[in-house]
Amino acid sequence: MGQRLSEWCGHGPVLEEDIALTNIALDLVGQATAILNYAGKVEGKGHTEDDLAFLRPEREFRNVLLAEQPNGDYAFTIARQFLFDVYQYYYYQSLQKSKDETLSALSEKSLKEVTYHLRHTSQWMLRLGDGTPESHERVQRAINELWMFTGDLFDMDEVDALLLKEGVSIDLKEVKGKWENHVAELLEKATLQLPVQTFMQAGSRAGKHTEHLGFLLAEMQYLQRTYPDVKW
Amino acid sequence: MEKDTQGTLWEVFVQANPGIPHKHVGSLHASDEEMALQNARDVYTRRKEGISIWVVEAKNIKASSPEDIGSFFEPANDKVYRHPTFYKVPDGVKHL
Repeated sequence: MGQRLSEWCGHGPVLEEDIALTNIALDLVGQATAILNYAGKVEGKGHTEDDLAFLRPEREFRNVLLAEQPNGDYAFTIARQFLFDVYQYYYYQSLQKSKDETLSALSEKSLKEVTYHLRHTSQWMLRLGDGTPESHERVQRAINELWMFTGDLFDMDEVDALLLKEGVSIDLKEVKGKWENHVAELLEKATLQLPVQTFMQAGSRAGKHTEHLGFLLAEMQYLQRTYPDVKW
Repeated sequence: MEKDTQGTLWEVFVQANPGIPHKHVGSLHASDEEMALQNARDVYTRRKEGISIWVVEAKNIKASSPEDIGSFFEPANDKVYRHPTFYKVPDGVKHL
């Protein structure tokens, strides 16, 4: 997600938003760094966060499908970010209670960042939804198009179930309930329609992604792969 | 006077630590006060500049003009009796 948002750098609609989006991007890259760093340690094969970020192929990535969707127009980016922020907010809130100290500390810190992201995108959703006819149409279209990627946010596989049993990870069903209420409430305030479709894309837990991830990774990993072990 | 099409102009003041005055750090454009506050946080507090932000619409600030310097400020130059310079601080008094 951080990679996607950084594509807005220099292209934001107004100066202040350019900086706001890239700040959010930096926060997310920071969170990814911390998470991948810990993942590398748990894996025990000596991988650093850079190895995991820049040298894994698409099928080994487990990011949610929502995060790899393209930026589209501003309404699309904001809608995507909003849906993601609500998710992260309740996710980290729950993960704070993890028995694993690293995850719990990481969640506490990230929750502060995400609280701000959510405030920012919520305010934008209200202004776009309850704004001009054009903004309303664009953000409604965005929500409708993104909706089929939201089910994937809450899928759990056997690994997730095991981690939940051990008290390390969280119950995504609980997060889903809170997410649905929060999103429904805000969409209503923004005079937007909650999509009613039931078909959901899935597969991120198994490393199955949409066509966008390949291109995103090609750009992100280009430098490391072309000049392995290069240092700044 | 050309029309500014970027939206409303706001002046931003940041307070570095509790108890000391907010300092003017710059300005930005935003459509309303909540966005002005968030934009100020994003643009002016990236490097731990402070813990509190005030945003004020630029039009609400009444400023003196350079022509006023003569009548507003120069008369105070030769009124030395307004300064507390004739009081000698006794030894041992630390925080006056």
